[in-house]
Amino acid sequence: MDKENKIEVRNLNLWYGDKQALKNNSIKIRKNHVTAIIGPSGCGKSTFIRCLNRMNDLVEGVKITGEVSINNKNIYDKDVDVVSLRRRVGMVFQKPNPFPMTIFDNVAYGPRIHGIKDKKKLQEIVEKSLKDTTLWNEVSDRLDKSALDLSGGQMQRLCIARTIAVKPDVLLFDEPCSALDPVATGKIEDLIQELKKEYTIVIVTHNMQQAARVSDYTGYFLLGELIEFGKTKQLFENPKEKSTEDYITGRFG
Amino acid sequence: MIHPNTSDKIAKIWLWLSALSIILVLLSILGYVFIMGAGSLSVSFILDMPTNNWREGGILPAIIGSLLVVIIALSFATPIGVGAAIYLTEFTKEGRLTKTVRIAADSLNAIPSIVFGLFGLAFFVFYLKDYTGGPSLLSAGLTLGFMILPTIIRTSDVAMRTVSFSEKMESYGLGATKLQTIKNIVLPEAFPGIITGIILGMGRAIGETAPIIFMVSLNPVIPKTIFGSGNTLTTQLYYLAMEGISMDVAFGTALTLITIILILNYSARKMNNYFSRNLRR
Ligand SMILES: Nc1ncnc2c1ncn2[C@@H]1O[C@H](COP(=O)(O)OP(=O)(O)OP(=O)(O)O)[C@@H](O)[C@H]1O
Ligand SMILES: [Mg+2]
Repeated sequence: MDKENKIEVRNLNLWYGDKQALKNNSIKIRKNHVTAIIGPSGCGKSTFIRCLNRMNDLVEGVKITGEVSINNKNIYDKDVDVVSLRRRVGMVFQKPNPFPMTIFDNVAYGPRIHGIKDKKKLQEIVEKSLKDTTLWNEVSDRLDKSALDLSGGQMQRLCIARTIAVKPDVLLFDEPCSALDPVATGKIEDLIQELKKEYTIVIVTHNMQQAARVSDYTGYFLLGELIEFGKTKQLFENPKEKSTEDYITGRFG
Repeated sequence: MIHPNTSDKIAKIWLWLSALSIILVLLSILGYVFIMGAGSLSVSFILDMPTNNWREGGILPAIIGSLLVVIIALSFATPIGVGAAIYLTEFTKEGRLTKTVRIAADSLNAIPSIVFGLFGLAFFVFYLKDYTGGPSLLSAGLTLGFMILPTIIRTSDVAMRTVSFSEKMESYGLGATKLQTIKNIVLPEAFPGIITGIILGMGRAIGETAPIIFMVSLNPVIPKTIFGSGNTLTTQLYYLAMEGISMDVAFGTALTLITIILILNYSARKMNNYFSRNLRR
């Protein structure tokens, strides 16, 4: 069974200065499945997924102990190349942040910094990424226009396209729909279902229905601790912990 | 007690008068220089050599001297200034070091320019004499470079700090290195601000007399090398007026100088608008 685990987190602790934000968490994330991370605001969800591609390295005063293995290799080992790690483990942020460039240049940004110069190749990648994110039909006639004129939902899909253009094998989503309306949210959720065929996906969400709809596994965090982890259906229908039940039924607080 | 409405009116009139007086002072200086200088200004005034001990002919050597000095100052101050700003914003943690450097840059900006001149005299003219040629255009340019360095550091620093942290995070998230992120995200977005700083520095360098007064000599020939002596528009203006050589030529020189500075300021504005628009649309 271990072969199917893409990511294995063992005894992960994280401190921001003196303040401990993650407490001894262990979790196994299945390949080609969607894993949702839920929990109240400030419980460490973003902090946790930022550990999976070492984005926390960029935050000042962070200390991390424990192990995160991706494809059976601890990404916190000294010999790990962080730049190529982030290329394999892509991240889509809560607030869509297109670069102030054209739509084309946004999607081509990653491939370009990884050395692809051939115009035709870049065009192929951009087209495929935009098609995979269902954005192609909406923007194919204005690839040379600024990405900042897109709608919020289009921007978010553009950011997903930009991330998959570097061909990662893990996708991390940090509340990708928090700024979107139900229609745009539906599109992103369909997209995630589509993407899980090729990618291993971890998604942070505040929306219980969304977690129930899109994910196969769910982890519930509280105050930096992983309280419960299991199959989504089981966790929502039959939670083992009282605090999980309180949270998913909205009785939390 | 004055009624609030009355004090409001008084304040309005006072502010209006201050604004008006600024414009009047500016216009009268410009107008005066224009009236006094327009008579001597002509194409040959700009393109000819001075004759009859500067009383006639043109001011070409001073124009070339000014240009050379400014080019030297910018080639020195731009890479160092922008580099320092990149280091401050991207390579250090915000803390005592960055604060100290910023305070140092601001203090340098407040030092009277003649003090930079004294430093330039001691350092470039005397100490590095074998490399700079002593009182040369190179020494003058480097001295001006030192003078405008803080301006360029601070404007670039401010411009780069406004680049959003989340955009940088996105770039790193796509697997970009620090240098790639600086080159592709930070510098392009800070570019309008950096250009503004450079042009401000350029205007200041071309308009200063004091710091380079020790390093020029009034010599009616076109400088052949930056290691030799020469003069600039400002220093020539100073000598022409001081020694009572020719007030007409002095005002012609002043008008030329003011025109160049106005053009620089105008293009700084234009460029800033142009690049900001291109970036954000
Ligand atoms: N850069 C930082 N420096 C110090 N403390 C931080 C930093 N980022 C997060 N924290 C703290 O760590 C804890 C976890 O934050 P995190 O952003 O991971 O929560 P979250 O579960 O994603 O919350 P939300 O649902 O509101 O996004 C919070 O108490 C937060 O204040
Ligand atoms: Mg969060």
